[in-house]
Amino acid sequence: MADDLKELKIELSKNGIFTTTLQDLYNWGRKNSVWPLNFGLACCAIEMIATTMARYDLARFGAEVFRPSPRQADLIIVSGTVTKKMAPQVVRLYNQMPEPKYVIAMGACAISGGPFRDGYNVLKGIDRYIPVDVHIPGCPPRPEALIDAFMMLQRKIDSQSLSGPNRPRHLRADQPSEFPVPEFGAHGLEPTQNDEVFLEEKGNPLRILQ
Amino acid sequence: MAGHAEHPWLTVVALLIGAVAFGVTPLALAQLWARVFSPKKPGAIKNATYECGLESKGDAWIQFGASYYIYAIVFLVFDVEAVFLLPFAVAFTGLTLGACLAMLVFLLLLVEGLIWACQKGVLTWA
Repeated sequence: MADDLKELKIELSKNGIFTTTLQDLYNWGRKNSVWPLNFGLACCAIEMIATTMARYDLARFGAEVFRPSPRQADLIIVSGTVTKKMAPQVVRLYNQMPEPKYVIAMGACAISGGPFRDGYNVLKGIDRYIPVDVHIPGCPPRPEALIDAFMMLQRKIDSQSLSGPNRPRHLRADQPSEFPVPEFGAHGLEPTQNDEVFLEEKGNPLRILQ
Repeated sequence: MAGHAEHPWLTVVALLIGAVAFGVTPLALAQLWARVFSPKKPGAIKNATYECGLESKGDAWIQFGASYYIYAIVFLVFDVEAVFLLPFAVAFTGLTLGACLAMLVFLLLLVEGLIWACQKGVLTWA
């Protein structure tokens, strides 16, 4: 059925008639103008900056403007080691972004603590508190790897549907739009992780929220 | 429209309606889209004041600096006076002597303010 539709679309476009669906248009608009938040923590941030500059231009994918305010941003690229002191601020910034919002965990430190995971103040991965969409391994990952991850995020956005049970998080009223901010207490962060980030769904255990 | 003269501002009104519609239509469509597809998801932290990820403490309404009074006076002398002088300059030749004298009094009051600012030294670059 989908193949018939595709053939029909190709036939029509050969005759100069362009057809699309509302979902395709919505996703096309969203994926080609993902505005990241001006957010960098450590060495991976330098690679992120290099990606936005002339040689590995990220602007040609739509990430032209890095927004200084989370209210105007769609994407937060957590680039660098997240210390336990900084973690509440990262989560609060993520909470202050309006939906739909996406997270890229760039580098080994943001994924799991990286080479510094035995440090007393290092958070072992930002996905303990916020849901991550794309992970980029590397220490630091090259700018091309960040571009590849960005394109992967664009493919993910393209595959999201407007209706049905597999709708993304921002279209469902039952999914949380913000996650609890940890407190930097006397013995590290309290709570040590947010269990809401990965939820079990019936028939689909531990499916990561879209 | 035989027999009626067209109002000279008809095109302006039409363009005004077009301009307002140009701005309002995308907003209305966005509202409609949001009503159909996106559920409202407000949150306590989402709507909190932005302060680089920190919690904001206290009020942002601080006391206004009184040292900015110079700017207020200079603004009065230059900008407000210019606004009143513009229609005077256009209608200058058709006014009575009394009107011109009244305008001159207004001008002299503001020139006094200008001389004061000049003598205070705020009109020269440091």
